[in-house]
Amino acid sequence: MLGEQIIKGMAVTARNFFESYVSKDRLTTVQYPEERLPQKGNTRQFPFLVYDGDDAEKGLRCVACQICEKECPPKCIYIVKSKDKKPDYKGQMQVYPVRFDIDLSVCMSCSICVEVCPFESIKMNTEFELSTADRFGGLLFGKDKLAKSNSYYQKVHPKDAAESDAVIAAEKAKAEAKAKAAAEAKAKAAAAAVSPAPPVTPAQPL
Amino acid sequence: MNTLATPPKNFEVKPKLDAKGEELGELLEVSMGPHHPSTHGVFRMDVVLDGEKVVKLKPVFGYLHRNHEKIGENISYLANMPYTDRLDYFCSMTNNWAYALTIEKLAGLAVPERAEYIRVIMAELTRLQNHTCLIGFFVQDMGALGTPMMYAFREREKILDLFEEVSGARMMCNYMRFGGVRVDVNDEWIAKTKKVVADYSKFLDEFGTFLTENEIVLARTQFVGVLPKDLAINASITGPMLRAAGVNYDLRKVDKYGIYSRFDFQVPVGEHGDIYDRYMIRVLEMRESIKILEQALRDIPAGPVMDPKAKLRGFRPKAGEVYGRVEGPKGELGFYVISDGSPNAYRYRVRPPSFINLTILEDMCLGHNISDAVVILGSVDIVLGEVDR
Amino acid sequence: MFNTLDQIFVNALHWLVSFVPEPWRPLASSMLCISFILMVFPAFFSIITIFERKGIGRIQNRYGPNRVGIPFTKIRLCGFGQFIPDGIKSLTKEDIVPRAADKVVHFLAPVVMLIPVLLAYAVLPFGRNMTMTDYDAGLLFFFAIGGAVEIAVFMAGWSSRNKYSLLGAMRAIAQMISYEIPLILSAVTVVMVVGSLKLEDIIAAQNQYTYGIAHWHVFTPWGLLGFVLYFIASLAESNRTPFDLPEAESEIIAGYFTEYSGFKFALFFLGEYLGMFAISGLGITLFLGGWTSPVSFLTWIPSYIWFFSKLITLIFVFIWIRATLPRLRMDQLMNFAWKFMLPLALINILIAGIWHFMNVEWQRWIVCSTLVLAAYVWLGRGLMHQQKLGKRTYRYAE
Repeated sequence: MLGEQIIKGMAVTARNFFESYVSKDRLTTVQYPEERLPQKGNTRQFPFLVYDGDDAEKGLRCVACQICEKECPPKCIYIVKSKDKKPDYKGQMQVYPVRFDIDLSVCMSCSICVEVCPFESIKMNTEFELSTADRFGGLLFGKDKLAKSNSYYQKVHPKDAAESDAVIAAEKAKAEAKAKAAAEAKAKAAAAAVSPAPPVTPAQPL
Repeated sequence: MNTLATPPKNFEVKPKLDAKGEELGELLEVSMGPHHPSTHGVFRMDVVLDGEKVVKLKPVFGYLHRNHEKIGENISYLANMPYTDRLDYFCSMTNNWAYALTIEKLAGLAVPERAEYIRVIMAELTRLQNHTCLIGFFVQDMGALGTPMMYAFREREKILDLFEEVSGARMMCNYMRFGGVRVDVNDEWIAKTKKVVADYSKFLDEFGTFLTENEIVLARTQFVGVLPKDLAINASITGPMLRAAGVNYDLRKVDKYGIYSRFDFQVPVGEHGDIYDRYMIRVLEMRESIKILEQALRDIPAGPVMDPKAKLRGFRPKAGEVYGRVEGPKGELGFYVISDGSPNAYRYRVRPPSFINLTILEDMCLGHNISDAVVILGSVDIVLGEVDR
Repeated sequence: MFNTLDQIFVNALHWLVSFVPEPWRPLASSMLCISFILMVFPAFFSIITIFERKGIGRIQNRYGPNRVGIPFTKIRLCGFGQFIPDGIKSLTKEDIVPRAADKVVHFLAPVVMLIPVLLAYAVLPFGRNMTMTDYDAGLLFFFAIGGAVEIAVFMAGWSSRNKYSLLGAMRAIAQMISYEIPLILSAVTVVMVVGSLKLEDIIAAQNQYTYGIAHWHVFTPWGLLGFVLYFIASLAESNRTPFDLPEAESEIIAGYFTEYSGFKFALFFLGEYLGMFAISGLGITLFLGGWTSPVSFLTWIPSYIWFFSKLITLIFVFIWIRATLPRLRMDQLMNFAWKFMLPLALINILIAGIWHFMNVEWQRWIVCSTLVLAAYVWLGRGLMHQQKLGKRTYRYAE
């Protein structure tokens, strides 16, 4: 009969209307900015640099290897290496970045920099409300704005931070074990060198 | 007395005649410009109308050209993966898979089984959400004030949430890598996906009552925009448009790429090739996708998700040329890559299905009203990111 | 007590008019009635625009406007103050008149749209004894005035000197003229059965109760069909979806009021909505019993409450249909009017005649119901099958 399917369609619409007052599934709008949807665990927005401890300069994990700069697709990272070195988490002396700029207006949030970094030092942040009125540099984030502590990383991405910490701990343990083995070997060699040769007893006369 | 009943003596109306001696009407030339609520993106149609019938139609695009192929030739293979996300921005997983497939063919990488299953799941989820969106836009073009579109987007959000949980981004996932996928999915995600897929059938039923037999939709879409079979084959049309025209050609069955040969699904084929057929073929394809998803989610094995031989950095495939293709939701998405052993491609070319399907627009629209031209454009399912690259 | 509540506006009017000297009383009474209509219905219009946006929003799983309550304060009122900023916006926009336009006609078109629509309210009965002017030929007056709206549409399209708006205006007029005929023919059935063109008489004929249910015309077979036809025709007259091709032509031509901006556009909008209310009001009077209550034990509720609640219900159905259905194409629209609604309206007249002349109650119910059903199904099938439209099945490749 003509109009039967139209009536059925209107029944669907009416059902949506009445259920929108009752169930959350039928009223999927979130009144931003008063309410916010909870972010997913894995969400990625823009990169940030991780530092251990409290000091952003001394604890910075980045060693300015420039791998992320080379692999970045839109080439939004700019690194300037330092001339001097500072100790990293393993105790070795490493170069650090004097300048580490990311232009967030160019960054496409692909997280390839995170994938290729060998030092667990650049990770993805979840903050996206970064709009600024300054068109020419408001979104050019330098090292000071990009560096965030490891405790922040654990808060924002708990699972990834736990994995990252495990990797760092394993590296540290390996380095320590290697250092200990090297020290032991050195001590043994030193002890061997320092301790005198056994005294040569003169042969007894017959 | 000179009344209106008797015209004055020197009053004569001579109609304009064309070559055949028939009366020539005045032709109206309209440009449905790039800023338009009914063209899916920045797309222009130069239409010449005779009264209300379309006499000539010329699609004009290029407003979204972003030098994708040139960029692909200047950056490394891995760095091009996020750019392929942005080709057909609705279906980023399928684009990634097509590119990964091509480069794996070139470099001879093997993909572990779990990664293959994950790829199939992602591709079918992409197909579901693309077709849902398309139906929403298509009814919106017919004037339904956005209600089906809102329902479609409500369901699409659930799938995008799944994508965000696994890869971190909703639309630009950047998820496939050469030799597998970037991260593994956990059991929680599989359980969530099973729930989403189960709810989807119910949503499709509700959507179907809304649209499938609605008399107004029937009146506006049946026998409109007919694409005959031989014209479709000659014009290299692929995807649901080709199947609606009556040709049984689905790359998942023809090429059997990935592990599609393990799944039990059918390919719906249309008869008349009009807009209604294209719309119904997409609905039936969605139901088949749900079947594939149920099987894949049930059978997914444990294991690694990345080929151990694959390298992230310093990836230099051997020299050669390769063409890899997948059945995207819009048609055959192909990548043609010529490598000369360096970290960049020597030539990188995308075969965009929307662009090639768009070339037949004029032939479908001739003789119809201008209102029909809009709905026909909606049924071709173009995405300007792919058309213009 | 309920009688005083029912007649409260009438008594208030008499009391206010009593302050005026005797010769001026009819004029004062008319002025007061006019001001009442001019205050109530535009206010109703503002509330209904907000209801429409919120209603369509809820249907689409979202909130409608819900922030603006009283401007410049934080009081939200669930967004019901939205019409204030909208009104201010339309008043403060620049009034652009195209250089080639015919200025006088361009200026007069919204006015010519609005005045007849407001005039039509003069004959509508809002409650018991609450008709402003109760003509003996009130129905005829309503339809005669309603026809003037079409000339306004043509004036708007013609004066803009724009090929596209002229084309849009032509289409709009074609649509409105085609749908006037089923509209009037479905009203003719009521006149036939009641025997009078006076709207009060039509309501009085429906104000009788059998087994507690009123004798509304919509509760009879010919009345139900007539109401459905009237309702669809009124959708087309007010240019609402699914017949809104003249006004929401998202294809190319923005319609006959493309060259209007600012306050004139607001006047067109107001005229369209007031027309919607007026035509719904007439439909309520003809078929739904006007200000009477459907069941006899609810007659204590004041009559104007009944009228306005029925009006709100009908407007909600308009909004509901707008949110659900896509648009019909022009030729399909005309097809529908001339090949489906007109024959059905003519058959309805026949059925109303049979109803009037058969005296046995159950016999006439059966005969008329079967005739209505048969006519609807036969014509409906003819409409769809003529173009071979219908459900299809698809085959799967092997």
